[in-house]
Amino acid sequence: MELLQQLTFLERGVLAGLIIGFICPLLGAFLLVRRITIITEALSHITLTGITAGVFLSQSIMWLTFINPLYTGLLFSLMGSILIEKLRHIYKGFQELAVPIILSSGIGLSAILIGLSQGSTVEWYNYLFGSIVTVSLFDLLFILITGSIAFLILIGFYKEWLSISFDQEFAKTSGISVRRLNFFFSLLIAIVISMSMKVVGILLVGAMVTLPVAASIQIAKSFRQVVLLGILFGEVAIISGIVSSYYFNIATGGMIVVSGVILLLIANLIKRGKQFVSTFDVLTK
Amino acid sequence: MTKASRSMAIEVEGLSFTYGQRNVLEDIHLHIPEGSFLGLMGPNGSGKSTLIKCILGLLSPTTGTIKLFGKPIQRFNDWSQVGFVSQKANSFNSGFPATVFEVVSMGLYGKVGLLRFLTKKHKQKVLESIQQVGMQDYVHQNIGELSGGQQQRVFIARALVSEPKLLILDEPTVGVDAKSVQNFYTMLQRLNVERGMTLILVTHDIGAMTEYITDVACLNKCLHFHGNKLEFESQHDSMMTSLYGHDVRVITHNHDHHDHDHDHDHDGSGH
Ligand SMILES: Nc1ncnc2c1ncn2[C@@H]1O[C@H](COP(=O)(O)OP(=O)(O)OP(=O)(O)O)[C@@H](O)[C@H]1O
Ligand SMILES: [Mg+2]
Repeated sequence: MELLQQLTFLERGVLAGLIIGFICPLLGAFLLVRRITIITEALSHITLTGITAGVFLSQSIMWLTFINPLYTGLLFSLMGSILIEKLRHIYKGFQELAVPIILSSGIGLSAILIGLSQGSTVEWYNYLFGSIVTVSLFDLLFILITGSIAFLILIGFYKEWLSISFDQEFAKTSGISVRRLNFFFSLLIAIVISMSMKVVGILLVGAMVTLPVAASIQIAKSFRQVVLLGILFGEVAIISGIVSSYYFNIATGGMIVVSGVILLLIANLIKRGKQFVSTFDVLTK
Repeated sequence: MTKASRSMAIEVEGLSFTYGQRNVLEDIHLHIPEGSFLGLMGPNGSGKSTLIKCILGLLSPTTGTIKLFGKPIQRFNDWSQVGFVSQKANSFNSGFPATVFEVVSMGLYGKVGLLRFLTKKHKQKVLESIQQVGMQDYVHQNIGELSGGQQQRVFIARALVSEPKLLILDEPTVGVDAKSVQNFYTMLQRLNVERGMTLILVTHDIGAMTEYITDVACLNKCLHFHGNKLEFESQHDSMMTSLYGHDVRVITHNHDHHDHDHDHDHDGSGH
């Protein structure tokens, strides 16, 4: 705790970023193989609703002034995640419908709540696009705690989720309680989204979850490699994003995403190169 | 029947199953003693896969009860004793980034338990299973990059790796070449005879199987026949007529590696 208090605002931001750069791709790898990365978009927007609700409540109700919008963001994210699962169940043949439903409801409600409260444009801008300079000691603690929880859950259920993602039917017959683990999984997505939001911003959380693994899957041979390379790419994107945003004074989230996209391009070039080399080998043999 | 004295791997009583309005299975009674090797046959859409999914707890029957190793299925929890190769096993996403090793390991996950990792011994088991199906040269190959028949072998290894007492295979040899099919049947027979493993194999090609199996069951909504293979062979012609509605010669002992053009609706290509 004391150690954390001694950190400068920049060090706090970097530490928060490193945690996010680790957890997001770890989760993203599972989302990727289950083909549900798009869910992060819905959840990030419902998190925004939670944050606007938090800001509004703390302004308008006296005894709620202490409320931190991060809490309400997490709460809404969790509820949104459960709702998405419900909707996916109701619209069985059209599971992707859940995403636009939740996403647009989230934005609609946010618009109303933003209109009602008196946040400054800068404040909202920071929530949307992320800013490491605003990572307070409280935010860092929030990220540390939720990050550790997410890490433990992800490692603890790694093999079960891998099996479920690959073949749900087989997972069931091998004695894995698929329904319960799927429920945990949706809670976990909610936790990771709300914890990342402060640094990369609501509009860009999805990118942090998707880009590193989209890059790593191009070169990885196994699921393990997708995860490990994804984490490596995630950290590289975070560090270069933070450094460049600090020097150029540009939104952190934006720079992180741009770094992620560059890594994605590089990974694709490597894959192309490998294919080229192997066809070249075949042709010259 | 002398079977009553043997302990039962599976006991199905009065099982019916409906999809919406449609009756798919009607009043099935089926007792499968431990150590038998059952060939389950029936035309397309006769409910074979549905019956198997009920036995595996993937579907709940509309009426009737199922017991596995003497335990009602609702209370059965020793799923590592049961291995399964699905008819649709290779309809997975072919871009899935998993190696043969990772896929076969999945067969042990339920056994290893929550919050635990595979030990060295487990990994050794995985390698042995891969060897058993002759895929040792592909251990670190991506599963999507294998041929349909090779993938099928990997799924068989995944079902075998937990050393189940009961192994259920739903048309596992689709896309496997004739020579490998023979090897595969021989391997199943060895598991059956040497380890006393109970086997259920869904197949359209009972003729190629008669050497290896001990019992036959014929299904078409109802169970038309269940008995050992000698009984089956003696009643074969009338059986086939009642099952398929016309006389088809299925028993052919000279299975000289002819190409079986299976008429099932399986598409091995995935999506
Ligand atoms: N998900 C489903 N919804 C509705 N009906 C279904 C479903 N799955 C199967 N059926 C119906 O149930 C019946 C039995 O299907 P099942 O898959 O058990 O047949 P099968 O004997 O395994 O056939 P095959 O030899 O083609 O594999 C079929 O008539 C089929 O139309
Ligand atoms: Mg079938």
